[in-house]
Amino acid sequence: MSVGASTVTLERSPRRLWGLVALVLLTALAALASLFIGSRPIPVAVTLDALLAYDPSNSAHLLVHHLRVPRTLLALVVGAALGVAGALMQGLTRNPLADPGLFGVNAGATTAIVAAIAFFGVDSVSAYTSFGLIGAALAALAVYRLGGVGGGLNPVRVVLAGAAITVVLLAITHLITLNSDVQVFDRFRHWAVGSLQGRGQSVLLPITLLVVLGLALSLTLARALDTVALGEDLGRSLGVHPVLVRSLAALAIVVLAGAATAAAGPISFIGLTAPHLARFIVGPEHRWLLPYALVIAALLVVMADVLGRVIGYPGEIGVGIMVALLGGPFFVVLVRRWRLVQL
Amino acid sequence: MKPIADLPELPFATRLWRWRHWSLRVSLPALVVAVALSLVLMLAMLASLVMGTLDIGLAELLAILGGRAENPLYHHIVLNIRLPRAVTALFVGAALGASGAVFQSISRNALGSPDVIGFTTGSATGAIAQIVLFGGGALSVAVAAVAGGVLTAIVVYGLSVRGGQAGGYRLILTGIGVGAVLAALNNLMLVKGDLDDAVAANLWLAGSLDARTWQQAIPVALGVVVLVPLCIVGARALALMEMGDDAAAQLGVSVERQRRALLFYAVVLAALATGAAGPIAFVALAAPQLVRRLVPYTGLAVMNSALMGATLMLVGDVLTRLLPFNLTLPIGRVTGIVGGVYLIVLLARARRL
Repeated sequence: MSVGASTVTLERSPRRLWGLVALVLLTALAALASLFIGSRPIPVAVTLDALLAYDPSNSAHLLVHHLRVPRTLLALVVGAALGVAGALMQGLTRNPLADPGLFGVNAGATTAIVAAIAFFGVDSVSAYTSFGLIGAALAALAVYRLGGVGGGLNPVRVVLAGAAITVVLLAITHLITLNSDVQVFDRFRHWAVGSLQGRGQSVLLPITLLVVLGLALSLTLARALDTVALGEDLGRSLGVHPVLVRSLAALAIVVLAGAATAAAGPISFIGLTAPHLARFIVGPEHRWLLPYALVIAALLVVMADVLGRVIGYPGEIGVGIMVALLGGPFFVVLVRRWRLVQL
Repeated sequence: MKPIADLPELPFATRLWRWRHWSLRVSLPALVVAVALSLVLMLAMLASLVMGTLDIGLAELLAILGGRAENPLYHHIVLNIRLPRAVTALFVGAALGASGAVFQSISRNALGSPDVIGFTTGSATGAIAQIVLFGGGALSVAVAAVAGGVLTAIVVYGLSVRGGQAGGYRLILTGIGVGAVLAALNNLMLVKGDLDDAVAANLWLAGSLDARTWQQAIPVALGVVVLVPLCIVGARALALMEMGDDAAAQLGVSVERQRRALLFYAVVLAALATGAAGPIAFVALAAPQLVRRLVPYTGLAVMNSALMGATLMLVGDVLTRLLPFNLTLPIGRVTGIVGGVYLIVLLARARRL
């Protein structure tokens, strides 16, 4: 198999490249805003000091260092992961309704976390993350076996397998919350909306590692995916092994979506819509679609997280809610105004 | 009109009857499945009436149904508690099955269900708002759910119409956008609301057949009796539209009018079902797919989907009551588990789809 390196070169596409650069800059701005804005007001100068000349004895510095910086980074990582996973998923299943949760990843993480809360009394966010990762991996494995991803991927079959396992797991989750203590539901409802609150370094580091691996795999596959999209036979004669490429893409989706969900809870909207937005700008070619989806999704998540802290002040509104509240209307307008590029 | 003899060989064992410009086309495998499902339904119905904390024998049941009951308590239990529950289950399932078949055809998508145009999310928004913000009772929650769902469907359709056309693809994408906003609102109300209210809303969201009376059973039964035949008539046009709007229009289908009418029937069916039993997972999605696995594709199987939906609901309800553990097991989630596991088994056994 030869997977073409998908270096995003200029290649007659300067406009696409500049568009990407502009989006990256916007994302950087949003990330800066995320460092300076929070539920506890800290003067701009102090925040700047905390970033440039960190003083561990200053409580404001501690707050910026241990809460805002990891949170901002996590928002970027989670967004990037969801955007790319969604784009891969929609391409793989040829289904515009496919979100990265379709491999049962979200449902697996959700069930594992509810079980952890209800049966083991787990109540720390970093423990949620490990349970979430285990659950996501198990569910994805089940969908993989059932959907026959290994041998000649059939989109409808994968979609059905994912839907079946998701429904069963979510029903079990619902039954667990209904039959256990009210406190279990209380903890669960706060996790289930998707939030970045209180995720520290202990969550950030392992998640970032996983996401970087997943992103690297996805971007390497981009060119091969475009070839496979031409059709099984044509792809094979062009020197790409379709089953291998699709299996690797599925693996990337599971790693990315699983890590993101374990870290921030189920945020389905980003993975669903960021690829549509990206496709609207650059068309369905994966080697442009993936980077665009990555940056757009990261930008959306960071912006939503900042706005959630501003609007919900003095509390905050979870990033999962904000993303959909902001992105939903925008998405509807876009669909109405322009013809979205079909898969 | 050409005589039948000129038609090409019909697939499988299909029989065709014609009278004037009406025609009736029946495929034998589909008919066999329909009969089998009806038999299962009748057995499940019987089990549902006989079983319970109080055992009522078959002879007694027949006496009660014949109006010759000796024990007024049994009479009350069967006619006012068990029968409304079974009837609700039956027609809610049928409504969801038919609705799902129509939606999957319109959206040309195996994931298509009333959820696609935000219906289920919208009805949940109505119900949660009623519970969390206004503290309404059971009936007002049901009304709010139906209103929320239908309103959402109208908004999604309205937003996706452009130049007099609501293309299938744009309809789906608009549904995603609107549905996401409503889902976020639901989550917001659940998280920020009082814990007791949130728990009550969580219970409603599970979907249940407990304590259903004729008040819930009759509207959905009437809806099914009127609307499912209309859907069956429209199914031929829908099957043509699956080949593309242009192709269907050339074959004489008034595409947008048919789509609007069938969407309307399907949404009303889903609304009545949700009003009667709350959101029921998976029946709308699974019933048409299961039918398609049982019968080789012979057009849009509205009738069989309705029967399959009813079977899933009733069997799910009976199974739940058979379980020994003392747990809250709302039917809406049990159908999810039963239908999901069945689909998993089908997928695991079928080598190709």
